[in-house]
Amino acid sequence: MPETPDPTCPLPRDAVVDRYFLEHRAKLLDVAAFLDRLDRSQAPEAADDDFRVEAMQRAIELLVDEKGDRAKRILELFSDPTPDPIPAAPMKGATGAYKEPK
Amino acid sequence: MRYIDPHIHMVSRTTDDYQRMAQAGCVAVTEPAFWAGFDRSSPQGFYDYYVQLTEVEPQRAAQFGIKHHCWICINPKEAEDVGFARDVIALIPQFLDKPGVLGVGEIGLNKNSKNELEILEAQIDLAAKHNQLVLVHTPHLEDKLKGTLLIMDAIANDGRIPPERVLIDHVEEHTVGHVLAKGYWAGMTLYPETKMTPQRAADVIECYGQERLWINSAGDWGCSDPLAVPKCQQEMRLRGHKPETIERISYDNPLQFLSQSERFSIE
Ligand SMILES: [Zn+2]
Repeated sequence: MPETPDPTCPLPRDAVVDRYFLEHRAKLLDVAAFLDRLDRSQAPEAADDDFRVEAMQRAIELLVDEKGDRAKRILELFSDPTPDPIPAAPMKGATGAYKEPK
Repeated sequence: MRYIDPHIHMVSRTTDDYQRMAQAGCVAVTEPAFWAGFDRSSPQGFYDYYVQLTEVEPQRAAQFGIKHHCWICINPKEAEDVGFARDVIALIPQFLDKPGVLGVGEIGLNKNSKNELEILEAQIDLAAKHNQLVLVHTPHLEDKLKGTLLIMDAIANDGRIPPERVLIDHVEEHTVGHVLAKGYWAGMTLYPETKMTPQRAADVIECYGQERLWINSAGDWGCSDPLAVPKCQQEMRLRGHKPETIERISYDNPLQFLSQSERFSIE
């Protein structure tokens, strides 16, 4: 494994809060407002089954489980877990969450 | 502070960008071949693109004192048509000995399909036969982890290219550990919004160290920031990282990896 000479952020904890709190408070509100918007949308129950929203809800649980490595574990949660190449590319883009085949 | 942006698509950027990058400390760029945002209609379209990469961009960069280098390949987004892709690959060897050409790239996978993998294997073979460095594109979003593992398997199965001659780009928190543990170089691409940010890149450096790791902007025709590397330098400085650490990530490491090609020079 590579050397990890200083595996910690050099800033004191209060400086990390001072520097980043407002930015991430705003991002948290973006998530809250997105979930509220889903509730207000037409036929809101349809979004309950959306694989992306469902993945996001499971990701939110990882934010508060106090187990660390949150970014890595959320990225893994959104990832295609299957090992083999798919038969053909259906499109060029990506959706951001893995959708299990029906 | 001086820096190298080892992955940026300057054909999509204005001359003003070269000027601003030079003012921000950029001394060299390397430009992988990639997708133009639309599928080219013939192999000749790729030939013209390779001429642009090897002849036109170095001159445009030189006006601002920036050394320009490039990588040649057909990108995975245009690899689904295997016959077409093989016609393009047949054009590549004539460009590999041109000045400033560092290797084969950015090859890789996009949707992790069988055809993409076949063309990836063909280009790993090309790089091995011509003793070239390799720059790898990994898929975005939900396809990245699987694609990164499939790509590393393909390189290992071929067996002729040692991991220290391969840079696997667009790593994030869930792939960087896999890439470094297998001995490859890892690149972090800094995007303004949707993917890795300068803050998260600094986090990864704090967690995984500075060995075999670089940062780049991958600036192209989409939403991207050609000044992302100096912004990450600034983020690290404001966190209190030592100047040597910042220089290692943004200058020394790309210099070390790229200097494995005798055609890389910043003089
Ligand atoms: Zn690229």
